[in-house]
Amino acid sequence: MTSVGTPVPRVDGLLKATGTARYTADIPFEDLTHAVLLQATIARGRIASIDASAAEAAPGVLLVLTHLNAPRLPRMRAFAKGGSAQQTVPALQDDRVRFAGETVAFVVAESQEQARYAAMLISVEYDEEPPAVGLHGDAYPPAKVNGQPPDYRRGDAERALADAAVTVERTYRTPVHHHNPIEPPVTIASWDDDGGLTVHEAAQGGVHMMRLGFAEALGIPRRKAGSIRVVSKFLGGGFGGKGFMWPRNILPAVAARLLGRPVKLELTRAQMYTSGGYRSETVQRLRLGADRDGRLGSIVHESTSTGSDMGEFPEPCAQITQMLYACPNVTGTHRLVRQNVGVPTFTRAPGEGPGSFALESALDELAGELSLDPLELRLRNYAETDPEHDRPWSSKGLRECYSEGAERFGWSARNPEPGSMRDGRWLVGYGMATAAYSSHTWPTFARVRIRADGTAVVRCATTDIGTGTYTVMAQVAADALGVRPGDVTFEAGDTRYPFAFPPVSSSGARSIGPAVRAAALAVRTRVARLAVKDRESPLFGADAATVRAIGGGRLARADDPERYDTFVDVLERAGLGHVEERKGYGVMPFLHSTASGIAPWPVGPLLRVATRPFAGRYSTYDFGAQFVEVRVDPDLGVVRVSRVVGVYDIGRVLNPRTARNQAVGGITWGIGMALMERTTTHPRLGKYTSPNLSGYLLPTNADVPDIDVHFLDRPDPLVNPLGVKGVGELPVVGVAAAIANAVHHATGKRVRSLPIGPAELLG
Amino acid sequence: MRPFGYVRAESPEAAAALVAGDLSAAFVGGGTEILNWLKDGLADPALLVDVGRLGLDAVEVSDGGLRLGSGARMSDVARDRHVRAEFPVLARALEAGASPQLRNMATLGGNLLQRTRCAYFREPSFPCNKRVPGTGCPARDGDHAMHAILGASDACVAVHPSDLAVALLALDARVEVLGVHGRREVAIEDFYPHAGDDPRRETALRHGELVVGIGVPSGPRARTSGYLKVRERGSFAFALVSVAAAVEVVEGVVRSARIALGGVAHRPWRVRAAEDALLGRPLADGSVADAAEAAVRDADPLPGNRYKVAIARGAVRRVLEEIGERG
Repeated sequence: MTSVGTPVPRVDGLLKATGTARYTADIPFEDLTHAVLLQATIARGRIASIDASAAEAAPGVLLVLTHLNAPRLPRMRAFAKGGSAQQTVPALQDDRVRFAGETVAFVVAESQEQARYAAMLISVEYDEEPPAVGLHGDAYPPAKVNGQPPDYRRGDAERALADAAVTVERTYRTPVHHHNPIEPPVTIASWDDDGGLTVHEAAQGGVHMMRLGFAEALGIPRRKAGSIRVVSKFLGGGFGGKGFMWPRNILPAVAARLLGRPVKLELTRAQMYTSGGYRSETVQRLRLGADRDGRLGSIVHESTSTGSDMGEFPEPCAQITQMLYACPNVTGTHRLVRQNVGVPTFTRAPGEGPGSFALESALDELAGELSLDPLELRLRNYAETDPEHDRPWSSKGLRECYSEGAERFGWSARNPEPGSMRDGRWLVGYGMATAAYSSHTWPTFARVRIRADGTAVVRCATTDIGTGTYTVMAQVAADALGVRPGDVTFEAGDTRYPFAFPPVSSSGARSIGPAVRAAALAVRTRVARLAVKDRESPLFGADAATVRAIGGGRLARADDPERYDTFVDVLERAGLGHVEERKGYGVMPFLHSTASGIAPWPVGPLLRVATRPFAGRYSTYDFGAQFVEVRVDPDLGVVRVSRVVGVYDIGRVLNPRTARNQAVGGITWGIGMALMERTTTHPRLGKYTSPNLSGYLLPTNADVPDIDVHFLDRPDPLVNPLGVKGVGELPVVGVAAAIANAVHHATGKRVRSLPIGPAELLG
Repeated sequence: MRPFGYVRAESPEAAAALVAGDLSAAFVGGGTEILNWLKDGLADPALLVDVGRLGLDAVEVSDGGLRLGSGARMSDVARDRHVRAEFPVLARALEAGASPQLRNMATLGGNLLQRTRCAYFREPSFPCNKRVPGTGCPARDGDHAMHAILGASDACVAVHPSDLAVALLALDARVEVLGVHGRREVAIEDFYPHAGDDPRRETALRHGELVVGIGVPSGPRARTSGYLKVRERGSFAFALVSVAAAVEVVEGVVRSARIALGGVAHRPWRVRAAEDALLGRPLADGSVADAAEAAVRDADPLPGNRYKVAIARGAVRRVLEEIGERG
């Protein structure tokens, strides 16, 4: 009886549903002080004067930091260069204002209300300069895009385009997106008498990466970074916005050191728009060339997104185009235009999210030009091997995703003529798109301890960002140990536990899972070794390597399952309170892929050569097919998504309940991206117009129909021993394009700029 | 937010006297709106006078119509069976507003006194003629997709956010106001001033006057009324355009009508030309199309909100068609 693959309910479900789960802001602290940020109200210029005297005199105020008195802080190493920050420029170091919302003062008081009030008393005068706003300025190539060069070329796409029988050339636009988790970011920093720092974070960024970031920011040598503890037990959503080190993470620790008291900073909703990155707006020019049968001969995908003097994160839009279809000539380019709006960062399905909107919309337009079914067009360009790296896929069930999805959706009932399908007043449209996501395996370690009572504890410094890691990893360990999942506790979110990389890029299951499994198997083997040397054990004299777990905490001889011992008995006879093992996973492939980027020359290249045997011989992607039905009210311009079918190849499904939860969430984000999510920036003032949930609309229950999620559930043994790929971000990819395609099918109107609303349909 | 005092008034009269005697005092009912003002820095009253438990929450029915206490919660009025049957436009407008949680807290009086959701008005670091006269209006050269297409002044293109007020305008409602000098009634038509030189003026209330009730005549049109709100998502969003209509049909022709638009102007916007287009004609395709066209004849949109004209036209047509279908 195995637990993996069964819909085990969340172990933290009751805690969360009853409000008893302790999130970071809920943690009580003695002697706690409260901080607030004061942010720049101009987008570019200098602080001419700042007067904090009234604030300093206000009741309860303990400390006001401005650029005039803040401790000197170092520039942070960029994430792209092996560091932990997207914004490399620290706060409060000079009088420059680089974007609206940049921190200009940090106020600490006995209560949050006092700190807020004091912040209002600070008077700041600015010398304003006109900010750079929008993607209109000079474009330049970024240093790297997701570790890759900014330009990709296969074959000669321009020439193939000139020779193509049919071409489509279009420009697509996506707006600024904000992560908008329901839980605001919170940092609580406290120093102990020995100079140790403990930080409680609402952190998606991985506690170990943050530890190194705190060390760097606070001038603590790396070798002493062990004196820093970072804890993050529950997260109310992250979506990229709680990854990495931002000034807001660092300032509480700086203030706590000055005050000798713990400092808590909880952002307001409005501050969340300027304090943890965002997804850049994008302009994407797509050119497709095909023969009359719809076989792609050329794709050129040119993406432009926001650049900054403070750090660089190009939205990697064109990367999906490089691998998705069998096309001999492909060019993908990424360019940046500097703006005074802060540094962008990863946002749900970075790259593939907006990139697939452009690519999959353009394919739909090509299908229209060719009078070909959009699904058939994709099948005619099916990539049997990875065309980008010229190697086989470790697994690719996309063809089955297409056919299963089309069947479930009833795609064959689609009348190809736009505007031909109606339901009363509503125009009905069907649309589809391909989904693919480059989920990652990051280096991860786990420790599994079997206790004298036969229960087990698994520890790993990853964070459960709401995806169900606490539950699913207990299942993985339970199966490897041969116990019930209820007998396993998974503990995470603490630098005291074995190293884990941040759970980003849908990496959780495929990084943590194999490490947990390896550690569980190792500790089981260790118990077996104790048993086979123990004359009193039924396993005495057996080969420890062949001893099998038969469930219920029992280990049996391979040749005779009737002769078994138990964890409880072995430990008791050995007089041990517990046994434990620690194992890692994914270290060498990670080193190989990143050596040149993170280590200096010549160490990096040498490391890369040394680790070549661990380079992947296969390409691994998560794949899926999205089918969407929309209803459009032609008089009012209202679009409603009425049905979604998503079929996904994510390898083995560890827990169908938590996996479905992620897929429904991802599709819902896709609906938001398609129909309502948008941050607008004032073109002259360079400030966000509506940094709140009243102006930035997210889907409500009324916007989300019944969603039919299906997983192929086909283990991929080439990717890891569990056969699991990634799930979190894949279901976002393609949804916006499928909806745009469905809107076109319903109305005949092609909208190439997100979101699609009445303004786009009636304007 | 600044420190402020809080008192619970003993009676409506005492509440009015307390606020009237202190220029920096304000009423608080459900708190769903004024607390936002405090947090966003739009207001900094030194004293909040709570009028939430003064028995102002009654919903009374008489031969003449409805009398709604200003302290009645949106959700309670929306679910009232008499309101639903006899004043459908009112129930629907209330249900279209906010979210269930907010409707459970928000009072009718507070709903009428909402201030615009214009993003530039709501964020004090933007210039705004409505907040600080003479500082300019960033909506004109910024995102103004949500802004006014009717009746705007040069100084301000903000729109009024209330759904309830639009429905009340179509019902000829009257607002009962209590001040230190006694009670007075203000027709909803006159409750919201027309655009003048000073966009700060938002209602006919004088400082210290408390809205205590709303009178809604039953009249010949209330039962044949309807409300449609067009918004960017299925729920919990302010109107791009909303339409309240009430139509009296006698012997197959329209004898009287009220049509009001929301989300298009700085106040709920009655479109008399649209009403006139229906008079004396059957409520049918021709008259409905003429009314829809007349409703937007005076529209003067900004470059980024022309689409609202099309929505308004479509929404007027849709509401009238639905009233016609219900008979």
